[in-house]
Amino acid sequence: MNSSSKGSVRELIQQNRKQKFSMKNIMERIMPIVLFLCAFVSVVTTIGIILTLVIETEHFFEVVSIKEFFGSTSWYPLNSQPEYGIWPLVVGTLEITVIAMLVAVPIGLTSAIYLSEYASERARRVLKPILEVLAGVPTIVFGFFALTFVTPLLVKLIPGLAIYNALSPGIVVGIMIIPMIASISEDAMSSVPKKIRDGALALGSTRLEVALKVVVPAALSGIIASIVLGMSRAIGETMIVTIAGGSNPTATVNPLEPVQTMTAYIVQVALGDAGYGTVEYYSIYAVGTLLFVFTLVMNLLANWITRRFREEY
Amino acid sequence: MDTKLTTKTAEKEGATIMNQPVAAQDSVYRVDNLNLWYGDDHALKDVNLDIKQNEVTAIIGPSGCGKSTFIKTLNRMVELVPIVRTNGVIEYNGRNIFDKEYEVEELRTSVGMVFQQPNPFPKSIYDNIAYGPRVHGVKNKKILDEIVERSLRGAAIWDEVKDRLNENAYGLSGGQQQRLCIARCLAIEPDVILMDEPTSALDPISTLKVEELVQDLKKDYSIIIVTHNMQQAARVSDKTAFFLNGEVVEFDQTDRIFSNPSDKRTEDYISGRFG
Ligand SMILES: Nc1ncnc2c1ncn2[C@@H]1O[C@H](COP(=O)(O)OP(=O)(O)O)[C@@H](O)[C@H]1O
Ligand SMILES: [Mg+2]
Repeated sequence: MNSSSKGSVRELIQQNRKQKFSMKNIMERIMPIVLFLCAFVSVVTTIGIILTLVIETEHFFEVVSIKEFFGSTSWYPLNSQPEYGIWPLVVGTLEITVIAMLVAVPIGLTSAIYLSEYASERARRVLKPILEVLAGVPTIVFGFFALTFVTPLLVKLIPGLAIYNALSPGIVVGIMIIPMIASISEDAMSSVPKKIRDGALALGSTRLEVALKVVVPAALSGIIASIVLGMSRAIGETMIVTIAGGSNPTATVNPLEPVQTMTAYIVQVALGDAGYGTVEYYSIYAVGTLLFVFTLVMNLLANWITRRFREEY
Repeated sequence: MDTKLTTKTAEKEGATIMNQPVAAQDSVYRVDNLNLWYGDDHALKDVNLDIKQNEVTAIIGPSGCGKSTFIKTLNRMVELVPIVRTNGVIEYNGRNIFDKEYEVEELRTSVGMVFQQPNPFPKSIYDNIAYGPRVHGVKNKKILDEIVERSLRGAAIWDEVKDRLNENAYGLSGGQQQRLCIARCLAIEPDVILMDEPTSALDPISTLKVEELVQDLKKDYSIIIVTHNMQQAARVSDKTAFFLNGEVVEFDQTDRIFSNPSDKRTEDYISGRFG
């Protein structure tokens, strides 16, 4: 463009502004609608999922009483006299979750403290992507890792251990969750301002004291949220437990025995030949609804914790 | 910390004997040919200062002249910057703080620091004060209660917070937060308090309160205060050091510096001709 005198640019702008139907104006009008529709897709999907779950679950409870579902302790949907007591599946799920958290929380938090308080910039640049790779490994790979590596190892250590057991998938689910806990906790700890660390160091605290007594408490809401989200992941984890946990819905808490989790049950039925409209078929929706409620509560809890206990500095 | 320390101590050490009761005018810090670099940036050049006990020493000078760097060297907080190198001797009560055996935690326990930005911990008021004593092993609840009250009184903030000790410190105003940080510092009973522009983030009334506090604390502590504000230096300090481009241009009685400076550059600075 030629250099124009001062008045002409102003004129040009004004002229352009007068054009009502310029591309710019049309985009300005259309884009909000497009953006809204895109956002709406996920809302509609969520509503659709909830509706399906609720309707099919209702069919289930037309045949099986709520009292039996929550009151009985046996889950034998395939028997000639089927029993639908959810507890064995809930216990199996919680068992896996507890084992996973026992692995993931200590290791995840220790890694987070190391990354945030000790690691040099260089070490952090190498380690964080590695953590993220671990987070991106498909769960089916973790499942075979559990069955073909961890279980044989455990069998050597614990004679008489069943090939399918809760311990091995529990440990591996824990390993899978480590990056999540480490990364969210590390974010929370790194966002504690430097001036607060300086205040603690200037009082003669060691680095470990600063990390444990100042930074961790200051980042507690993020840390707890990471743990709750990790639990939610563990509860919903399917592949690892299906492959390495067995399919034995017993209400035992012995981690050395086979288990069946809620998710593993759904897989079992979904892959089996339960006919459409049978009680068995509807039962997976009942279990699915309960699972959905579990993870929803966990996620809401994590959300609430971060908001309620967010630290101000 | 990869700070390289060159110590050329020998003759200085032993000159003052440690742990002896010291008379009011003894040195608390003797800085001898201190040089400091951030990478290649020579930030402190041949600094020599003798800081007396139970005095208020003000550090003045234009922005970027090395005031913060100097004061952070006195408790070795400056070493948190990885590229820092120092050279020279700083004797604190007769011991070179750069000695390998000198634990930095020990130094910082007896040399407290108040920062430019108030930096309370995101904890309750009580826990802020109790933090230091707890870290250093005080667990008894009764003793802690006493320390908390005494420190808050010492920092002239007790009356304002005594009914809300369990509330988060970030609910306090900026001026109150700063006095809380001073109280936090008093709780471990240091000998020296370093203050880096402690009032620059505060309103005039809070500033006045902190200045009064400094006057008050002088009885029991040696205070080194960096300030941007020359009236403040004149009001609170006994001695003043004028820094320029990393060098000490002049160090003398405060009233002399402000009435009859011996260096032309000091005169220019205090009369507001630059900085
Ligand atoms: N963390 C740092 N890294 C590198 N250079 C620094 C750092 N802090 C200060 N400096 C440099 O040291 C010099 C003195 O800074 P400072 O001590 O903060 O001055 P003042 O407190 O008097 O304003 C400045 O030139 C500044 O750029
Ligand atoms: Mg400064």
